[in-house]
Amino acid sequence: MALLDILQSIIPIALFYSAPLIFTALGGVLSERSGVVNIGLEGLMVMGAFVGIVFNLTFADVLGAATPWVSILVAAIISALFSLLHAVASVSFRADQVVSGVAINFLAVGLGVFLTKQWYGKGQTDMVSQPFYSSNVPILSDIPVIGKMFFAGAYYTSYLAIGLAILIWFVLYKTAFGLRLRSVGEHPMAADTNGINVYKMRYIAVMLSGALGGLGGSVFALTIALNFSGSTIVGQGFMALAAVIFGKWHPIGALGAALFFGFAQSLSIISSNIPFLADVPSVYLIIAPYVLTILALAGFIGRAEAPKASGDPYIKGSR
Amino acid sequence: MFTNRLFNILVPLISVFLGLLAGAIIMLAFGYNPINGYQALWNGAFGSGYFFGETIRQVTPYILTGLAVAFAFRSGLFNIGAEGQVIVGWVAAVWVGSSFEAPMIIHLPLAVLAAAFAGALWGFLPGLLKATKGVHEVIITIMLNYIALHVSNYMIRHVLSDGGDSSDPIANSASLASDWLMQITEYSRMHYGILIALFAAFIMWFILEKTTAGYEFRAVGFNPDASKYAGMNVKKNIITSMIISGAFAGLAGAMEGLGTFGYMPSHSAFTNLGFDGIAVALLGGNTGLGIVISAFLFGALKVGALNMPTTAGVPSELVEIVIALIIFFVASSYIIRWALLRLRKEEK
Repeated sequence: MALLDILQSIIPIALFYSAPLIFTALGGVLSERSGVVNIGLEGLMVMGAFVGIVFNLTFADVLGAATPWVSILVAAIISALFSLLHAVASVSFRADQVVSGVAINFLAVGLGVFLTKQWYGKGQTDMVSQPFYSSNVPILSDIPVIGKMFFAGAYYTSYLAIGLAILIWFVLYKTAFGLRLRSVGEHPMAADTNGINVYKMRYIAVMLSGALGGLGGSVFALTIALNFSGSTIVGQGFMALAAVIFGKWHPIGALGAALFFGFAQSLSIISSNIPFLADVPSVYLIIAPYVLTILALAGFIGRAEAPKASGDPYIKGSR
Repeated sequence: MFTNRLFNILVPLISVFLGLLAGAIIMLAFGYNPINGYQALWNGAFGSGYFFGETIRQVTPYILTGLAVAFAFRSGLFNIGAEGQVIVGWVAAVWVGSSFEAPMIIHLPLAVLAAAFAGALWGFLPGLLKATKGVHEVIITIMLNYIALHVSNYMIRHVLSDGGDSSDPIANSASLASDWLMQITEYSRMHYGILIALFAAFIMWFILEKTTAGYEFRAVGFNPDASKYAGMNVKKNIITSMIISGAFAGLAGAMEGLGTFGYMPSHSAFTNLGFDGIAVALLGGNTGLGIVISAFLFGALKVGALNMPTTAGVPSELVEIVIALIIFFVASSYIIRWALLRLRKEEK
């Protein structure tokens, strides 16, 4: 049963670490599917983490146990508004989308730390008093073997992330809205000819990616970091971007990639408890997810083709 | 009518102006005096020999990472991995610099070249995968950034020192530091690397504008398919471009290892030199001269910002916001052009 024990300790940690990546990567999928490259995922996560923590610290006394849930909701809304900057630049101002995304990344960190210093007088906030706690899912966690693996000591946010991935898959591939969103990213002129408002669809997609990035950032902050500073989000947004590409711009693919990253991360965390991994120098386990990703992309995943119009501003009337 | 050339100069200038203006508005909104704030910034960057020397010290790696990002941009590639290439370059330079002693005329060039080579290797891999397998270079370079960060920390602990948090110091014969430069700048950490950086900018301009290879890089950047039909070897160009880009970034690592620090500390997070290089390249319009100018601006902003909290009480992150807004305005150059043309029309 050794293997089962190992799985029982790895899977909850993997789910825990993947959740923020799943949210953010889903945002990336939506934005890129509509034809807007979003390098700014990192910045959207920073904004989400900042808002999530500040809201949590401010309203913990009033809202009590509901605080973390309201916090991530508020973080999602504010980040969606923040991503409007990226939308305006890349859709209306025809900006280079990569450049505008880079600006979002810089702006979020600058704004977050500036306001933190302004409001708290130091470079980082206090620890939140109302973070998310792990819990056993009633009934389901009593199922033998599987229950302990997937439903014990878990965070509800992880299930929310997986649920959203399925929901977004459904919306993208089974509804008219999803078809329109994808068509705008593949061939905006054809979509326009068919009466789809390209600009509107892209605005919606970018703002949804802002909301999801904000969710990802705030979930990271309220489950893992528990406070905000300039080094709370360092690279998770880029990992999410990698998950988008790894998952071939598909919501379920991105979910799988994010889960894989989380799993690889958890290996390096609990390796000391696993007999055959305990003697491996930790550096190998730490870099394992990145090396495996490169190998996977070079080996069997193969060509990753972005949505056709991804990165091109749509200019009405041009050919 | 405005010429394109004039636009290319006006747009960055207007962007910088708008960025600083927005910074002033933010300072006003939070109850600071923007004049005091910017005065502190200016003094912090140029107010004394020491500050000026520190500004040049910061500009040096910025030029090189800016060149790295720009060179890849010009051939249609996005090298987000300058960060990792800086780190491996730093490790290589310090490794060569600290493991033996040799006459300076051999040792110093060797250490610098080692850094360029390490960076080039780190750029070669994504170039190769992009060219042969069509794997997106952004994802590979992101992954390589993390690998560089963690492997370098491991090497500092186990190879470059005896379990310490920073590497052994480099030998004097591999150092770019100069007593003379330090003395005239009131003991700042300015070093001879700035000459290497400026020379690299010249090399970049020369390769891209004056050689056939450079013409091919740019052609591939504009339209890989057309270049292929014209008989160019697109794959070779992609790989070579990433190698050159990586070498520039590796050199930036050498500047830190051989010039500013003289050793390599272990890093808990990225140096940000590579990411800032993206901003430098964008504002500089991806040209050699433009990058030198924009690296100078960002270096001055970054170093000057450190003086803002102490003299004007303004958090130094204000400068980060200003930089972000400058990039944002550069990105939105279409709207600036539109506004300029509009103004022009109304004058008539």
